[in-house]
Amino acid sequence: MLNGKIVLFQRTKELNAKITEFLNNISEAAIIFRQAVTNYMEFGDNDDFETKLNNVSALEARNDQLRRTIEAKLYEHTLIPESRADVLELMEGLDKIVNMFEARLYQFSIEKIQINDNFKPLYEELSESSVNAVEALVRSARAFFVNISQVNDHLHKVMFFEKQGDMIGTKLKRQIFDDAEIELSRKIQMRMLCDDIDGIANQAEDVADQLSIYTIKRYL
Amino acid sequence: MSLIFLFYLSSGLFLGWASGANYMGNVFGTAVGTKMLSFTAAALICSIFIIFGAVYGGAGAASTIGSLGSINTMAGAFVAALAAAFAIFMITKTGLPVSSTQAIVGGIIGWNAFVGMPIDTSSLFKILGSWVVSPVLAAIFAMILMRLVKAFLHRFPLPLLYQDLYVRIALILTGAFGAYSLGANNIGNIVGVFTTAAPFNDVDVMGIFTLSSTQQLFLLGGIAIAAGVFTYSRKVINTIGREIMELSPTAAWVVVMSHSLVMFLFASENLHDFLVSHGLPAIPLVPISSSEAVIGAVVGIAFLQRGRGLRLKSLGKVAAGWITCPFIAALFSFIAMFFMQNLFGQPVH
Repeated sequence: MLNGKIVLFQRTKELNAKITEFLNNISEAAIIFRQAVTNYMEFGDNDDFETKLNNVSALEARNDQLRRTIEAKLYEHTLIPESRADVLELMEGLDKIVNMFEARLYQFSIEKIQINDNFKPLYEELSESSVNAVEALVRSARAFFVNISQVNDHLHKVMFFEKQGDMIGTKLKRQIFDDAEIELSRKIQMRMLCDDIDGIANQAEDVADQLSIYTIKRYL
Repeated sequence: MSLIFLFYLSSGLFLGWASGANYMGNVFGTAVGTKMLSFTAAALICSIFIIFGAVYGGAGAASTIGSLGSINTMAGAFVAALAAAFAIFMITKTGLPVSSTQAIVGGIIGWNAFVGMPIDTSSLFKILGSWVVSPVLAAIFAMILMRLVKAFLHRFPLPLLYQDLYVRIALILTGAFGAYSLGANNIGNIVGVFTTAAPFNDVDVMGIFTLSSTQQLFLLGGIAIAAGVFTYSRKVINTIGREIMELSPTAAWVVVMSHSLVMFLFASENLHDFLVSHGLPAIPLVPISSSEAVIGAVVGIAFLQRGRGLRLKSLGKVAAGWITCPFIAALFSFIAMFFMQNLFGQPVH
């Protein structure tokens, strides 16, 4: 019996460490994404940008692996049966965010998007909002696993940054399409990039909405 | 041990086997139903502690059942136990939890009616009263415990995975305590009617302790219950764990703990003696219904949630089982006594 309890403690500790690593990776991917966007706006596609893209790719691959391991462990050992489905859904939602960071950087790298200097500050602001929304979401998710009473302290910030992103995105798109000098094809390309970066904050908001429901369920 | 005694005892062992399913359902049903514990692990812990409780602490409550109707022949005891087992078997087949206490009381009343022996009304009312008090007490314990647990978790929130771990460990420990209390409280129902006729001599176990004749009888009863736990309890677990109300693992622990406390209060001779020695009103040592205690606790939790999630239809079916069980047992006992005496020529009193 004692041995069984030690095994249970060990298993819980290992799983906790994996979840922490998973959340750390999202946070790290967000920071690298912000640096990569700034770098691209300043120097365009370059080696440093490509290194950052590779770093985010590595984090994405690692998180896919972690998510599968965590899912398997939760099912194999029938852990947290009451919250298991919620946790798995949460992890899948979070994992998608890292995929989006990676996809956006590939977009820059492959399409070599030409951005007019006057739009660059708004693109950086938009990226900043998305990154801030993700960071607030990661803090909420950490609280969900560690101290549930603090989840709502961070959740409202996700909504705030998402809304801010929407406003910046709208402003940016208006400026792009008001500029008579730019070709329509480039306008559409820049609009798509704007929507895609803003999409990261939207995904963060969707996950935050789910997290809010999971939190209420745990309080019942 | 003569073959004839073994034959007569077989109905008691059958009763133990049929009750085992309910016992397991009551003590570990919520834990297994909510997938916090595997069936095998729960069945193993349940069996060990029921046997331990029966052998070590079974004497107190068993004496009350003995005073209800002093069945003085093996054939009479055989039929009373068989009638109780039959009633339990019939109701368990429908997947509903049932009480061995109610069944054996029905069996004994059937015997009393057949032989024209007046029922010890004092013991009967003590038992009937406890059937009303025990679920109410379990509901009160459940409400208090649930509030305390919620307040504790609010004040000291535990990480999700560690909360899961602690609840799991608590379910194992409380389940073991519940199984012990259940064995101590209910073994009298299973083989209590055979105590006066048990042909065992005291056995010295390696000079460490001695097993009396009654304890050996209780050991056999406990093993029969364990057999029922392993072979016949899955269906009842589904009723307790899911059908009456969906329970969270924490609420599952509260249910088991409340049930175990109530069973312990009505079984502990030490607690009884302690209260008496301090001039306090003692809790009667009466075999109570484990199923009633569990349902009482579940209803207590539902009450805190203003009845949310409580399935009244399932609850009604369970209550119908409680009323039907002693009637089936009494009727079967009365008829079987007639055949035992007149067809097989065996004296039942």
